[in-house]
Amino acid sequence: MTTVRMRPIMTRVAAKTGEPAQETAVDYAIEARSLRAYYGENLALKDVTLPMRRNYVTAIIGPSGCGKSTLVRCLNRMHELVPGARIEGKVLFGGADINAAGVDPVELRSRIGMVFQKPNPFPKSIYANVAFGLKINGHKGNMAEAVERSLRQAALWDEVKDRLNSPALSLSGGQQQRLCIARAIAIEPEVVLMDEPCSALDPIATMAIEDLIRRLKERYSIVIVTHNMQQAARVSDETAFLMVDQDRAGYLVEFDATERIFTNPSHEQTEAYITGRFS
Amino acid sequence: MGIVAVLLIEAIPFFGDVSVISFLTGTKWAPLFADKSFGALPLLSATALIAGMALAVAFPLGLLTAIYLSEYAPDVVRSTVKPALEVLAGIPTVVYGFFAISFISPNIVRPLFDSETIFTALAASLAMGIMLIPMVVSLSEDAMRSVPSALREGAYALGANRFQVSVRVVVPAALSGIVAAGLLALARAVGETMIVTIAAGGVPNLSANPLEAMQAMTAYIMEVAMGDTPRGTVEYRSIFAIGMLLFVFTLGLNLVARGFIAKFREVYE
Amino acid sequence: MKPSPPALSASRQTAFTRRWTSWAFAGVALLATAFGVAALILLLFVVMRDGIGGLSWDFLTSFPSRKPELAGAKAAIMGTLWVMSFTALFSIPIGVGAAIYLEEFAPKSWFTRLIEMNISTLAGVPSVVYGLLGLAVFVFGMNLGPSIIAAAATLTLLILPIIIVAAREGLRSVPYSMREAAMALGATRWQAVWHQVLPAGMPAVLTGVILAMGRAIGETAPLIAIGAFTSVFFTPTSPTDSFTVLPIQIFSWISRPLRGFQENASAGIVVLLIVLLLLNSVAVALRHVYARRRRW
Ligand SMILES: Nc1ncnc2c1ncn2[C@@H]1O[C@H](COP(=O)(O)OP(=O)(O)OP(=O)(O)O)[C@@H](O)[C@H]1O
Ligand SMILES: [Mg+2]
Repeated sequence: MTTVRMRPIMTRVAAKTGEPAQETAVDYAIEARSLRAYYGENLALKDVTLPMRRNYVTAIIGPSGCGKSTLVRCLNRMHELVPGARIEGKVLFGGADINAAGVDPVELRSRIGMVFQKPNPFPKSIYANVAFGLKINGHKGNMAEAVERSLRQAALWDEVKDRLNSPALSLSGGQQQRLCIARAIAIEPEVVLMDEPCSALDPIATMAIEDLIRRLKERYSIVIVTHNMQQAARVSDETAFLMVDQDRAGYLVEFDATERIFTNPSHEQTEAYITGRFS
Repeated sequence: MGIVAVLLIEAIPFFGDVSVISFLTGTKWAPLFADKSFGALPLLSATALIAGMALAVAFPLGLLTAIYLSEYAPDVVRSTVKPALEVLAGIPTVVYGFFAISFISPNIVRPLFDSETIFTALAASLAMGIMLIPMVVSLSEDAMRSVPSALREGAYALGANRFQVSVRVVVPAALSGIVAAGLLALARAVGETMIVTIAAGGVPNLSANPLEAMQAMTAYIMEVAMGDTPRGTVEYRSIFAIGMLLFVFTLGLNLVARGFIAKFREVYE
Repeated sequence: MKPSPPALSASRQTAFTRRWTSWAFAGVALLATAFGVAALILLLFVVMRDGIGGLSWDFLTSFPSRKPELAGAKAAIMGTLWVMSFTALFSIPIGVGAAIYLEEFAPKSWFTRLIEMNISTLAGVPSVVYGLLGLAVFVFGMNLGPSIIAAAATLTLLILPIIIVAAREGLRSVPYSMREAAMALGATRWQAVWHQVLPAGMPAVLTGVILAMGRAIGETAPLIAIGAFTSVFFTPTSPTDSFTVLPIQIFSWISRPLRGFQENASAGIVVLLIVLLLLNSVAVALRHVYARRRRW
């Protein structure tokens, strides 16, 4: 199913920029190449090269302020919404440069979903929250069915099926976050970016979301930022470790299979960080 | 800013007929007589006197109320008095005018001062003073509440009592906000129209006696507007000249007040 | 700001004096507060005292008359309705539109700053000056005459700053995460504002609009300045008709010495205050709904 999801716009852009659509044998969902991100004059992210594989869960860990959020926000061009923010380098999505002229960021964002740190449902009904993305993306077909399907995928259906019209804000925090996930996957993106999706949740709600992530990766490629080492170890296939240098610019220290990062990292810094011996 | 252009366009021809100097310093305002005279001082002084007295009523009362609400009042009182005063602020000014002439004049001014006419600057001032209270209260209370509680606690820790904290710590700390409240209230008083039109009388009168009838700048505009004054006549233009003056005064007051507010914000935000 | 630390007093005498001044001051401050509240009650009582009796169906449905017993506020009430409808028609789209533009789309340029400065300056201009503006621009400049449409345009200028400021505050109170959430779903900026931000901020925006309308209903001076009539013996049938409004009608009754007219003025005030009370209740209710819903 993965190749079916390639849509023409991207390949056309790829052809125009002379970028081969597929460079390696491995199937990458999204790739950062020498990515530098600025806020005004401040460099927040320094030369990050990070290929994230299709149908993998890629975890991004690192100390606070090292640019994890900045990195994921570059992946769906949310970064450019911050006044004065810009990037250098490349982000490839299905092999095509997402920042190339002619790429519509709005369309791009409908194909790369995002879940935020704090659950942020719209102050509307549960149903309206899930339906919104479908509506603005011109969904044709049965709306109710699509809403139900997304809520089921997000493991929320059974809890809310009797009160789809009650306000989303009446849900618990964990339910709200699952609603936000349902909302994000309703439009069937190829990649789902999650920026610390569990940081506002209790352990039980966190478990529910982690289960969900493991199931979702069959259909989606997932990038998850987390402060929780165990969480990264539990859900991800590959892990990237970012650090921040003395100029407060983030850089990539190590990127490898999660198992290796957590058992036998090749950098001292990584080991120090994951074992908590980190100043 | 189009407003300035319009006022200027209409007012400039007026100054072709009447020199700026005689307009600002002349002591006789008699636009409707055959022997016209456009000395704005009587109108200016009436406005100044009425607005000044109104502020003299509203500012101390409003400030004390604000201190009470911000430093003394239990929450229940604050949360009932504030909305009540907001109601006061929402009442149309024509109602205050009616109050001035049907109650303040016959029941307060006349018995107390034995005045002959029911149209007095004093009655207008008192009604206007009441009208301004909520404005002074809400602006200065906001200023006092944004004084950080650490300052208060510091003083309490030194053994100061509430009075000392209020008057020696909070009020000085909120001073620029409070001054701004006074200036904004003054600007409002200068531009207030219906109360002075109804209660202060319609005779241009250069006098400092608040028991006499006098015509404020805004009241003159009303008088001309209610008559059938053809466009292009000197009278018609004169209201724009007066309007221009009003605009300049209130704008000046607003700008100075905004300066004070900015100063206040700088310190605490 | 260096508050000089009050010295700790050792003697009981000064402690007593200090406590006494504190109490006295509290008393004075309380009295001032009570004065304000008492003034409010007295004012409401006095201005409505004579009016309640005069308030009748006839009063609401009759035209003005030289005989106070026969005079009514029909023309004024209808005039107020007409003028306010058009004021709402002009000011709400323009005001809310300007607020959306300034809050969500305007680049941070000197031009935007200039407009913002203008708006806050305009809020302090006396209403009678707006009347002069309306007189020059709408009545004569655009040749609308002292008509309903000229009145509505003048009042629109008057309340636009209020609406814009309130609506911007309403929009600003919607957290940025709502915009992000919508845009992360592939919404354009405009879709995010239209479908999520505006509905979420609507109660606050509406509260501002209603309060602004309340302000406009009670305005007398600017409408007199544009030449509104004080006695009108017909109800308007088109926006280019001349008109009178309730506050002007009240004013014209106040200016007549006959006691009966004073009662009419009072009755008119009762009507005006009831309308304002209704508007304010709606605003309070909206604010309440908003406060309850605002749990993001
Ligand atoms: N909107 C912004 N404007 C300016 N600088 C910003 C902005 N957002 C983030 N930064 C800066 O960019 C750097 C990286 O921030 P970022 O939010 O990406 O870190 P993070 O790794 O996600 O941290 P955390 O773990 O605390 O969420 C920080 O130094 C931060 O101060
Ligand atoms: Mg972050």
